[in-house]
Amino acid sequence: MTVQPPNSFRTGPDETGHFGIFGGRFVAETLMPLILELEQAYKDAKADPEFQKQMNGYLAHYVGRPSPLYFAERLTEHCGGAKIYLKRDELNHTGAHKVNNVLGQILLAMRMGKKRIIAETGAGQHGVATATMCARFGLQCVVYMGAVDVERQKPNVFRMKMLGAEVVPVQSGAKTLKDAMNEALRDWVSNVEDTFYCIGTAAGPHPYPGMVRDFQCVIGRETREQMMEREGRLPDSLVACIGGGSNAIGLFHPFLDDREVEIYGVEAAGHGISTGEHAASLTGGKPGVLHGNRTYLLMNDDGQIVEGHSISAGLDYPGIGPEHSWLHETGRVKYISATDKEALDAFQLLSKLEGIIPALEPSHAVAKVLELAPQKPKDHLMVVNLCGRGDKDIFTVAEHLGGF
Amino acid sequence: MTTRIDRRFAETRAQGRAALVTFVMAGDPDTATSLAVIKALPKAGADLIEVGMPFTDPMADGPAIQAAGLRALHAGQTLAKTIGMVRDFRKDDADTPIILMGYYNPIYIYGVDRFLKDAAEAGVDGLIVVDLPPEEDAELCIPSLKAGLNFIRLATPTTDDARLPKVLQNTSGFVYYVSVTGITGSAIPDYSKVAGAVARIKRHTELPIAVGFGVKNAETAEIIARGADGVVVGSALVEAVRISLDAQGKATAKTVAAVTSLVSDIAAGVRRAAKPVA
Repeated sequence: MTVQPPNSFRTGPDETGHFGIFGGRFVAETLMPLILELEQAYKDAKADPEFQKQMNGYLAHYVGRPSPLYFAERLTEHCGGAKIYLKRDELNHTGAHKVNNVLGQILLAMRMGKKRIIAETGAGQHGVATATMCARFGLQCVVYMGAVDVERQKPNVFRMKMLGAEVVPVQSGAKTLKDAMNEALRDWVSNVEDTFYCIGTAAGPHPYPGMVRDFQCVIGRETREQMMEREGRLPDSLVACIGGGSNAIGLFHPFLDDREVEIYGVEAAGHGISTGEHAASLTGGKPGVLHGNRTYLLMNDDGQIVEGHSISAGLDYPGIGPEHSWLHETGRVKYISATDKEALDAFQLLSKLEGIIPALEPSHAVAKVLELAPQKPKDHLMVVNLCGRGDKDIFTVAEHLGGF
Repeated sequence: MTTRIDRRFAETRAQGRAALVTFVMAGDPDTATSLAVIKALPKAGADLIEVGMPFTDPMADGPAIQAAGLRALHAGQTLAKTIGMVRDFRKDDADTPIILMGYYNPIYIYGVDRFLKDAAEAGVDGLIVVDLPPEEDAELCIPSLKAGLNFIRLATPTTDDARLPKVLQNTSGFVYYVSVTGITGSAIPDYSKVAGAVARIKRHTELPIAVGFGVKNAETAEIIARGADGVVVGSALVEAVRISLDAQGKATAKTVAAVTSLVSDIAAGVRRAAKPVA
């Protein structure tokens, strides 16, 4: 389905939190006053130069930004087409793009006088980033994590504990990320006075999707500047992986109105879309309402949410940020998907060709670069967002490859 | 236009007492048993019945109602079956109001217009949809009112005087006051504050106020009933269902009676709080 393209792709969300028909505020009444308060607080902070200055200071000196835009020479040679650049967000403190958003939300929470931070996490990267920032600023931190994921991602559980966070294994529902998010929402409903909910992706009720995107847009802004410096022009294409889609929207958004820039979002196809065991909400799902927003979701014919499957715990979510649903329907961004196997192959290839072990999440993006780049001329500039490093995944990969 | 809900609250008010609103999950532990429970509720003392529409991700519910929903889904409950249960119930009972309660996604996927038509034809009187605040009224609330169904809104301790008019604007039937900031079946409310909260809402509306969350037995129901037009009990009833099940999670001969005997107790508590009618 394609809807009429707007004059600008960068003006959303509207006043009521919608990107076209997507987004919104589908939450229980108890949370509505909190969400309205957060919306106002974020509006004020966004307009406050002091807040921006504070953010930029920590981004430079604590997170380690700007992250490099690296010309992947051997990967480019291997593909024999487009000139491939990697946006190295895996070099951030805590090893992924998640920290960009968490920094923004934690500074906002402190402006609002909140002392207790809650978060959900799947693979544990958002949990680690939140635990890190809470340690840095002396805030109480509670991280909800599905009991199944606690078992699968033990190193990150230990990291969060070292950083002083309480990790709560979630036993409800399917015991994975979506249930962790349900449980975090239940905590928030029960602790409305002092608690700030730090959502890890560009999804959830308004104002989260737009706010998280804004905090992640540092990725795309830097990429524009760096590419202008290196090549004297904008890139021709962008590629990023999508779970909830925060790294992708952060890279894409500053380029949405440069219509000549091709943009590709890569969802997790798991064992293959036709098997039903995947986490590709746009390719294999349909619009519905969950976790505070209308967006594409994986569900059965009765509107019951089904589990996503991916080798990557960070993409293993049955939904996607609402702005991606809108960009999908307007046709501005092309959404494609990579299977577990394709991601595993790309994981190994990038490790061997460039000496960079990527996380399994961006390995999905790299997998599609391997298909897209050879079809492009040699002067085509392609940027892939390397949004996380692969240390956390080596055990999963080893298991799939039959041991070390 | 008066509805079954309006008439029922008028009756209980005339009797000088609060109405007892009972919640059970459709299809828990199977469709036939939950239909038998619902059919037995009026005789046990329920004045209104809320029928839960199970959902995989009930973000405002505690463990008891979460588990009840999953039991129902595992047994194959669907929204169409839930509406069918109401249709069956209406064959023998033309007066007890039925309110469907749940989350928006299953309704959205069923199709709002089709859902409202089927629900109204089956004899549903009202809807409570937890994740549709007034900010999303265009989705279902306004269409429900046009279809002749009451749309019952939740008011909570965080709904302050500035926000109450917005929450009450398109509410009809009654107002469901959630007595705690929390999920179903969890915290115990400060009972001394409930009557004051009800009085606060009454300054903004003529609608009856039913109070839920934290009603566990006859004693707590009696306390709440003194200060409200209705008392809602839910988690305690679905727990009664759970405790009655066999080791495989199947209904037993005790299941229906487990619910109705608790409802009878609670109904007696509600009636003890009655005031002489002036």
